[in-house]
Amino acid sequence: MIKDSVKKALQELFPVPEPVVEEAPPTDAAEGEEAGAKKKAKKEEPRINGVLERDYNACGYHLDVQLDPGELLAAVLILDKADFFIESITGVDWIKEDQLEVVYDFSRFDFDLCRVVIRTRTPRPDPKVPTITKIYTGASWHERETHDFFGIKFEGHPHLVPLLLPEDADFHPLLKDFKP
Amino acid sequence: MSAPIDIQPGETFTLNVGPQHPATHGVLRVKLEMDGEYIVHAETVLGYIHRMHELMGENRTYPQVLPNLSRLDYLGALGYTHGHVLAVERACGIEVPERAEYIRAITVELNRVASHLFWFGAFVMDLGGFTPLMYAIQDREYILDMLERVTGSRLTYCYYRFGGLYNDIDDEFIPAAKAFIPRMRESLKKYDALVTGNIILQKRLKDIGPLSKDICKRYGATGPVARGSGIDYDVRKNEPYSVYPEFDFDIPVYHECDSFARYKVRMDEMEQSLRIIEQGLEKLPDGPIMPKKKPKLIKPPVGDYYQAVETARGNFGIRIVSDGGKNAYRFKLRSPTYSNMHLFDEACEGMLIMDALALMGSLDLVIPEIDR
Repeated sequence: MIKDSVKKALQELFPVPEPVVEEAPPTDAAEGEEAGAKKKAKKEEPRINGVLERDYNACGYHLDVQLDPGELLAAVLILDKADFFIESITGVDWIKEDQLEVVYDFSRFDFDLCRVVIRTRTPRPDPKVPTITKIYTGASWHERETHDFFGIKFEGHPHLVPLLLPEDADFHPLLKDFKP
Repeated sequence: MSAPIDIQPGETFTLNVGPQHPATHGVLRVKLEMDGEYIVHAETVLGYIHRMHELMGENRTYPQVLPNLSRLDYLGALGYTHGHVLAVERACGIEVPERAEYIRAITVELNRVASHLFWFGAFVMDLGGFTPLMYAIQDREYILDMLERVTGSRLTYCYYRFGGLYNDIDDEFIPAAKAFIPRMRESLKKYDALVTGNIILQKRLKDIGPLSKDICKRYGATGPVARGSGIDYDVRKNEPYSVYPEFDFDIPVYHECDSFARYKVRMDEMEQSLRIIEQGLEKLPDGPIMPKKKPKLIKPPVGDYYQAVETARGNFGIRIVSDGGKNAYRFKLRSPTYSNMHLFDEACEGMLIMDALALMGSLDLVIPEIDR
């Protein structure tokens, strides 16, 4: 199963065995419910970085990874080696926590189904995330779009100019405090 | 009269294709740096009909967003609305009656055939053959009439509801659909004889516009573009949803990687869609089209939900981040042509401009769906 090997490889990025490991015991029908319950419990406190296994039927992906922007490239390299293709990149504005989240979706051209979501958070006043265009060329438009909508700077992107918005746009419409 | 421009060897000039060029099938602009007839560098410029559907998805309640989804892709709208209702049903845990899912599958496949037919006509027209478009549109008209009867609109359908359908199919739909299948099979034979074997078409498409497996992976190209490059990937099979596991159908895959392979994939897909429609009509169960238990207010629990479906153009994904309210906190649309078009910049370098336009046609672009 590709899911287990990828999960193992990704977990190595997080050296300290944090509470995340509790969720590692593998697959059962009950496991999904447990993850769902955990999710609800975690609502109050910010999530700790790590790999979570999710119930595919409930949310539509298998592995949910949260990490610091610094570890992003390492995680994406693991997925690149495991033959994942990039599906999309997007942002979420968590204005209450004063953070912007960048969400990466990866999937595989394969019958061994495994969807991986990578999330990374960056402070809202100065949002910066390294670009992954050097690994996945197709991330370029997705990153430009995210830059348009949220103002997140993808450091090292070769051509970070507005894509969908007008070329002189200086506003970011998907920020929650955006006023047209 | 000004003096003729003297272009030195190695000197390049800029050529704008679009935003109002017939070959781009919409308001898309490609800035080409040309060395004579050869493309040195290409840059696609998007956003001419960007409407910010994602922000509309945050400002409106879930049922209010329903009509927006069909405005993404005016040729294969049902596939996109299907993705949306499936995502919300997954988030809220709504059970869909079996009859409703069968009707959804039948109508989506009819819509896929209609979309491929229009692509077929327009693509051959791009290559200089005008007549096939007329035949294709005539066949497509049958589908549009059928869908108009049940959905109430010709292109921008808003037929699916959370949990089921807006109304049931009527007595005329089933015989009309049953009569359409043999008619369409005859037409496909006709297209094969008229177009596929045509030597001009073959010379224009074979070994032109190669897209390797690697480029598809790096750009996330899906749908017929990926399947023309030898990638056996179709969301209906790889990540089964709805009632697709119940049907017996094949995924056409071609390994030539050229524009002709993508042409063949779509032509074969129409036959496979007809098979699904045929089986769907046969197996169509009786019963309600809306569930008995359905929340009055659509309020998905807090969380992050993702749903992928196979539309006529490829893998369409929808992400709903819910904060438990009536509106989505974040509403992300992952459109297939966005990724498929992205690889054009890299793939067309060094090509003749007419070959690049054939490559562009084989990607099956619908611009409102790229710009969203």
